[in-house]
Amino acid sequence: MLEIKNLHVKLADEDRVILKGVDLVVPKGEVHAIMGPNGSGKSTLSYVIAGRDGYEVTEGDILWNGESVLGMEPDERAAKGVFLAFQYPMEIPGVAGLTFLRTALNALRKKRGEDEMNTAAFMKLVKEKGAKLNIDVEMLKRPVNVGFSGGEKKRSEILQMAMLEPTLCVLDETDSGLDIDALRVVSEGVNALRSKDRAFLVITHYQRLLNHIVPDKVHVLANGRIQKTGGKELALELEKLGYAGFTGKAA
Amino acid sequence: MAAVKETIDQVKTIDVDQYKYGFETNIESVKAPKGLDESTVRYISAKKGEPEWMLNWRLEAFARWKAMTEPTWAKVHYPKIDFQDLYYYAAPKSTEGPKSLDEVDPELLRMYEKLGVPLKEREILAGVQSTKVAVDAVFDSVSVVTTFKEELKKAGVIFCSISEAIREYPELVKKYLGSVVPQSDNFYAALNSAVFSDGSFVYVPEGVRCPMELSTYFRINEKQTGQFERTLIIADRGAHVSYLEGCTAPTRDENQLHAAVVELVALDDAEIKYSTVQNWYPGDKDGKGGIYNFVTKRGDCRGHNSKISWTQVETGSAITWKYPSCILRGDYSRGEFYSIAVSNGYQQVDSGTKMIHLGKNSSSRIISKGIAAGHSQNTYRGLVSAHRKATGVRNFTNCDSLLIGDKCGAHTVPYIEAKNSSAHFEHEATTSKISDDMLFYCMQRGLSEEEAVALVVNGFVRDVLQHLPMEFMAETQKLIGISLEGSVG
Ligand SMILES: Nc1ncnc2c1ncn2[C@@H]1O[C@H](COP(=O)(O)OP(=O)(O)O)[C@@H](O)[C@H]1O
Ligand SMILES: [Mg+2]
Repeated sequence: MLEIKNLHVKLADEDRVILKGVDLVVPKGEVHAIMGPNGSGKSTLSYVIAGRDGYEVTEGDILWNGESVLGMEPDERAAKGVFLAFQYPMEIPGVAGLTFLRTALNALRKKRGEDEMNTAAFMKLVKEKGAKLNIDVEMLKRPVNVGFSGGEKKRSEILQMAMLEPTLCVLDETDSGLDIDALRVVSEGVNALRSKDRAFLVITHYQRLLNHIVPDKVHVLANGRIQKTGGKELALELEKLGYAGFTGKAA
Repeated sequence: MAAVKETIDQVKTIDVDQYKYGFETNIESVKAPKGLDESTVRYISAKKGEPEWMLNWRLEAFARWKAMTEPTWAKVHYPKIDFQDLYYYAAPKSTEGPKSLDEVDPELLRMYEKLGVPLKEREILAGVQSTKVAVDAVFDSVSVVTTFKEELKKAGVIFCSISEAIREYPELVKKYLGSVVPQSDNFYAALNSAVFSDGSFVYVPEGVRCPMELSTYFRINEKQTGQFERTLIIADRGAHVSYLEGCTAPTRDENQLHAAVVELVALDDAEIKYSTVQNWYPGDKDGKGGIYNFVTKRGDCRGHNSKISWTQVETGSAITWKYPSCILRGDYSRGEFYSIAVSNGYQQVDSGTKMIHLGKNSSSRIISKGIAAGHSQNTYRGLVSAHRKATGVRNFTNCDSLLIGDKCGAHTVPYIEAKNSSAHFEHEATTSKISDDMLFYCMQRGLSEEEAVALVVNGFVRDVLQHLPMEFMAETQKLIGISLEGSVG
């Protein structure tokens, strides 16, 4: 279970406060969506869960399986099962996708006290999981995200998720930049991972994604707080009315 | 997350003491008396049982050296070296005499085993296709053993210590020694010419492709001892050879001097590929100790359509002063320089290359990747020149620097001299900092900060890594990781 309690976050280098008391609970087995206007702090929330530098938690806590993650390095959180599919995945020149995946997988296995996966087993797994996302081995021989289209980047993020088998999956605007076919492929990839042992936090600006990844709950983030929580129908409502009611501005 | 911008404090606790080759081996040795004068030169020559002509060559070099002063143009700083406070010759006692594997001191064999250098003439292991590598092992001042000699001889290839070559193949040595790096070339080359103790000699005859990778492994063990090795490689017409050099030294809190000279000669249509993985002891976290590596390496593409390719991975040494160069004398000759220089702690690296285009339509290619971490300084210094008569010359240079933290420095000093208007020179250079976002991305996927740095750096150097012989690539990737340990977090 993910528990976010009264989370206040400001930028580390500036006095700007971005999150002003976020409360959120996502039990395992559930998919929750976070929607909100641009600049409302959705990505910030995802970064703070994953442990990125540049943010300061001034109040509140984030618990995963009852344990606070705030004092942990990003890789320790990853070892605890936290995964973030980035809104803007980073390019790593010169590092082949296969090398990256294998290094990550084995780093996690080592941290979890498991044996390294050998090359043959790894290749079999990556081919199998890649095929479902229309990713072939040739694409994985290219450097990570370098020169990838928007759709390729997002599919590659989901492949990483599928390979690393996290238990808390945070997806930040995974739908942005995807055409309808790619959206379907990515959504199927995500849905295949839904299980009773996994919690999902799906961040999106548009309702469209939620037709494919049907959430158990929808939360609206605006003005630094969760303004409203509802079922999947809340997303449709937002689609019609916009976020104006929550921000006090026209959408 | 201790990100790069926050690591400044942590860099202070940097631990370059993780140098894993830092052990010392207890071998009784024979040393020349400390200090340097004509009698030292005579002592070394006599120890080696050298002919008169060789002694005279050394004495001539010594006379020239005395008249020279240490160069100061490189961007490196170190206390003045007292050349009288060094031993110029040290040899393990047991190796005076004939050399075959069975006669080598088992303690020495164990040391090389520990270093991962195969001194056994292992055949292909059951089921595993391992590549054969012939090794010449140089311990302090002498070559202790050369493997696969017989097999190479069958192919006509001479691979032995330079001392042996002076005795056995005097005509070849006389013809080529000093023909690329003359005795008076520079201060360290002159010193080397006077007191060089050992090194490797390779001659690949006309039309022969050397059947295996050749390699020399240099180890400095003795205290207060300079290592002055001399390597001479000749590829006759149409011959091909690939050669690899590896170096380590024990952890000591004094500085040790290593002043090598390497000469390569490629005749018509010949090709020499020379790779170095240099991992001398870099000094401790406060910059104490470490090897001073002042090396002159030069290749002469003497023949038409000849080719010389230098690939170097520099991770060790307190100070590196090294510019493997190519004299592109033959028409259509080609020179290449691929370099990875990693510096951490208080290391100072001043390295690069010279491509001297004398032949028509000669071409060269330089790819240099400098990685600076800790308090280190990493300088690329390069010269590309085209002679007045050398028409149709081309060069492509690419120098990239990567900074880890903000206490280190990277510098690029390219000199270009085109005395011919048809010369086509291209130069690209970039300097970047390892980005927090890239590290965060890797760490989010489970890599520790050090693993993330190593991965990103290995990506950064990939273009160069590809030019190393296959069997050394994985080892080198690991070495780069080890060298950067303690650079973050
Ligand atoms: N590292 C940062 N540096 C400066 N401003 C930031 C940083 N992260 C977020 N912000 C600012 O905080 C606000 C919230 O951003 P973000 O979390 O990206 O919103 P969303 O993902 O909902 O669009 C924006 O105004 C953004 O400019
Ligand atoms: Mg965002």
